[in-house]
Amino acid sequence: MTIITLAQLSADLDAGKVSSTELTQEYLQRIDASEHNAFISVDQELALTRAKDADAKRANGESSPLLGVPIAQKDIFCIDGTQTTCGSKILENFIAPYTATVVSNMHDHGVVSLGKTNMDEFAMGSSNETSHYGNVVNPWSSKGATLVPGGSSGGSAAAVSAQLAPAATGTDTGGSIRQPAAFCNLTGIKPSYGRCSRYGMIAFASSLDQAGPMTHTAEDAAMLLNTMVGFDSKDSTSLDVPAEDYTTQLNDSIEGLNIGLPKEFFGEGLKPEIATLIERAVKEYESLGANIKEVSLPNSHLALPSYYVIAPAEASSNLSRFDGVRYGYRTEEYTDLVDMYTKTRSEGFGDEVKRRIMIGAYALSSGYYDAYYSKAQKLRRLIANDFNDVFKECDVLMGPTTPSTAFSAGSNSDDPVAMYLNDIYTIPANLAGLPAASIQAGFTSAGLPIGLHIIAPYLQESKLLNVAHQYQKVTDWHTLSAPGASAHNVGEKA
Amino acid sequence: MFTWDQRWEVVIGLEVHSQLQTQSKIFSGSSIAYGAEPNTQASAVDIALPGVLPVMNQEAARLAVKFGLAIGAHINQRNVFARKNYFYPDLPKGYQISQMELPIVGLGELEIDTEDGAKKIGITRAHLEEDAGKSLHEDFQGQTGIDLNRAGTPLLEIVSEPDMRSPSEAVAYLRKLHSLVRYIEICDGNMQEGSFRCDANVSVRPRGQEELGTRTELKNINSFRFVERAIEFEIERQIDILEDGGKVVQETRLYDPDKHETRSMRSKEDAHDYRYFPDPDLPPMVLEDSFIEEIRATLPELPGAKKARFESELGLSTADADVLTADRDVAEFFESTVNATKAETKIVANWMVGELFANLNKSDLEIAASPISTAQFALLLDRIADNTLSGKTAKQVFAALWEKEGEVDAIIEAKGLKQITDTGAIETIVDEVIAACPEQVQQFKDGNDKVIGFLVGQVMQKSRGKANPQMANQMLKDKMS
Repeated sequence: MTIITLAQLSADLDAGKVSSTELTQEYLQRIDASEHNAFISVDQELALTRAKDADAKRANGESSPLLGVPIAQKDIFCIDGTQTTCGSKILENFIAPYTATVVSNMHDHGVVSLGKTNMDEFAMGSSNETSHYGNVVNPWSSKGATLVPGGSSGGSAAAVSAQLAPAATGTDTGGSIRQPAAFCNLTGIKPSYGRCSRYGMIAFASSLDQAGPMTHTAEDAAMLLNTMVGFDSKDSTSLDVPAEDYTTQLNDSIEGLNIGLPKEFFGEGLKPEIATLIERAVKEYESLGANIKEVSLPNSHLALPSYYVIAPAEASSNLSRFDGVRYGYRTEEYTDLVDMYTKTRSEGFGDEVKRRIMIGAYALSSGYYDAYYSKAQKLRRLIANDFNDVFKECDVLMGPTTPSTAFSAGSNSDDPVAMYLNDIYTIPANLAGLPAASIQAGFTSAGLPIGLHIIAPYLQESKLLNVAHQYQKVTDWHTLSAPGASAHNVGEKA
Repeated sequence: MFTWDQRWEVVIGLEVHSQLQTQSKIFSGSSIAYGAEPNTQASAVDIALPGVLPVMNQEAARLAVKFGLAIGAHINQRNVFARKNYFYPDLPKGYQISQMELPIVGLGELEIDTEDGAKKIGITRAHLEEDAGKSLHEDFQGQTGIDLNRAGTPLLEIVSEPDMRSPSEAVAYLRKLHSLVRYIEICDGNMQEGSFRCDANVSVRPRGQEELGTRTELKNINSFRFVERAIEFEIERQIDILEDGGKVVQETRLYDPDKHETRSMRSKEDAHDYRYFPDPDLPPMVLEDSFIEEIRATLPELPGAKKARFESELGLSTADADVLTADRDVAEFFESTVNATKAETKIVANWMVGELFANLNKSDLEIAASPISTAQFALLLDRIADNTLSGKTAKQVFAALWEKEGEVDAIIEAKGLKQITDTGAIETIVDEVIAACPEQVQQFKDGNDKVIGFLVGQVMQKSRGKANPQMANQMLKDKMS
């Protein structure tokens, strides 16, 4: 079985080989038949309405690359009239009365939203196991061993990997797009902070959160990113920069490209097999004419501790609005206001969310603020400065996306710190606000995919996608379909 | 007059929440008009739906800067919003967006008049923040209703230095501030509607002691009178405690105007840890020089400068200048009248402070709602100046103007109030009075000068107030001597 790309679907729709309605119905059937638990909710009627609308537009001569293409949306994005849970019990009954800017931008380009994908509760997790709506099955699981898809965008990764959707949106606060992309053999892009509006995207850590595409190819990622980005006056951290077409530089030559390999990304904790596969990928780049040099990000060991102060601190405050007063879950019985708050939040939030709220509240509390939050912010600046320094001599940085491959469900759940180490290579880009990608770079002897992590300078998404695309032109890792992928095939039908 | 044992020195600082006169909320586009049906002015942002974000209303920054310039304060051209975290049902996000370390307005000062002359009160800072909603405890059968119309209303919290040394100084400062925010049109100053709210920090210490005593914070003192009375009560309470050898507890106290007492609301131990940190949803606000200079150019003449000008250029007494510049509308009414009338400035001041203010007070009206326009008021004073009206008939015309019976000259005509200055007409009445009052005439001739008043009165009565009293007086004297 082969993968179906957005580029191919776009061409098929353009050529009239298939209608958006047919495509949408096909994917809805696959979702219905799948057992990956990749979706929390699917509004078939809404999806088909949008598909019919897209078909009508195409019939009217309108054309746009993704007009009528169905996409899965992470359940962190509010979509008017749909259940939006963020993976939490506390929002189980929440129907969003408005649409996130990123989604409405996509809808404006004619994208059809298929449904809302499963995720770690409030995007806090690296395995999708903190979701209130159950674990998600990684389509690369072999018989007998159920592997996690990674997280927090685990449902989106599983959906695309299992071909329940040709692409999906994710969000990345510390690696939540890139780590599941690596675990599920996908291309995942975390854009520069501020590229995608955060309006309508439920906040985890405001200074780090960023939406991005999860696709099979860099070309698809560029196409989808084109429909997501743009300045939004409703988000004060949104970048007021002119729109770009991220597909235009895909085919630029990378001869003479200077690739830096931060030695800190190849140290202790990295599985040797992964190190070997990354070296092989780097060699491939060398054969494409790139120059490789070892560099250093001397403060990168401070990224994880700094992140685990800043992200929980912001989260502890961002999640205060879930109090049972105006919407969402409220405990059944309570004696007074404090009792109502306590029970609502104790019952409505899962353990990982509570753990991070407590860490964050502690880090911000009087007497500890300077020792934790203030200090973490200083470290954050040091980490960003490291990148500024190395980008004086490199065009992009490369390394592994994760220190290990997809693990089995339950294996890390009693050890939060082991779980947090999943993001050790991805977090620095979030702290520095830089664009970064994880692309398919081969398989371990156990047959599990690994991700090559690429970090580009601020706002250089086009360069990032160009570098990723050039690799995909000479490799076929990204074309390999997961064993658990849906048996149906849209391509054949078309 | 409130007094206390002068061995104790009182130290007062005020925190004033001034609602900024913007069209919309500080971080959303919702209206802030007062009195709308509950929750009809609460958008997705105001009710803190998942995923919504704040966007700064530039107008609120403009008004805050205007205030800073008016008190000669340092403007922090880079200022930062911070989250103040606490749970309360009328606080939708579970935090209030405020400013902590870098407020928009830094150190400034305001001059007040005290018994001992002018005194400068330091203003530590003024920062922007959003208001919370309201909890409604009635009509919900034991439950609490939440109205979020007010949530997100822009406030400027103005924090004074602990520079005031008596309740009257505190009130003088508060009045001055109240006058200023209205002058520069950043706040309507409506205390009933909560547009201008005050908390007071009060402590006492033995006179001569450097170190400050333990303070209490008084809340719910939303009128000038309550501020004064609450502080008075608190001073007595604290002195009583200290004189009995006790210790004042640092706490927040609520003033009860009905019982005239303050009572404990929460102690320092119960105080929230607000876990302030810079709001990651709002980048630091950076104010360009040009933005500040544009605002400076819109500043009106400030009360202090206006008062000085009224004294030096218009020759008003300090007391009159004070009253007539305390409110911008009053000052403008006064100046418009002065420019339109031939009457002396002093007469204009007397009529405003006297007749006009008395009637406004009686009807509980602001001067902007005065039924008498400056043009008619000026004309009325002209008719006194040109001897058409006496002081007494002028009051009749004033009353008719107040009742909107018409314009000045038409009222004089209709009521026949034109003062009699015709010598012949007055002489006839004078002769009648002399003939009718032989006893008083004799008394006058015997040297009792005071009786002339009675006789003039008789002339005025017979002329129904229209005779020119000075002429009548002179004529009576001439005829009786």
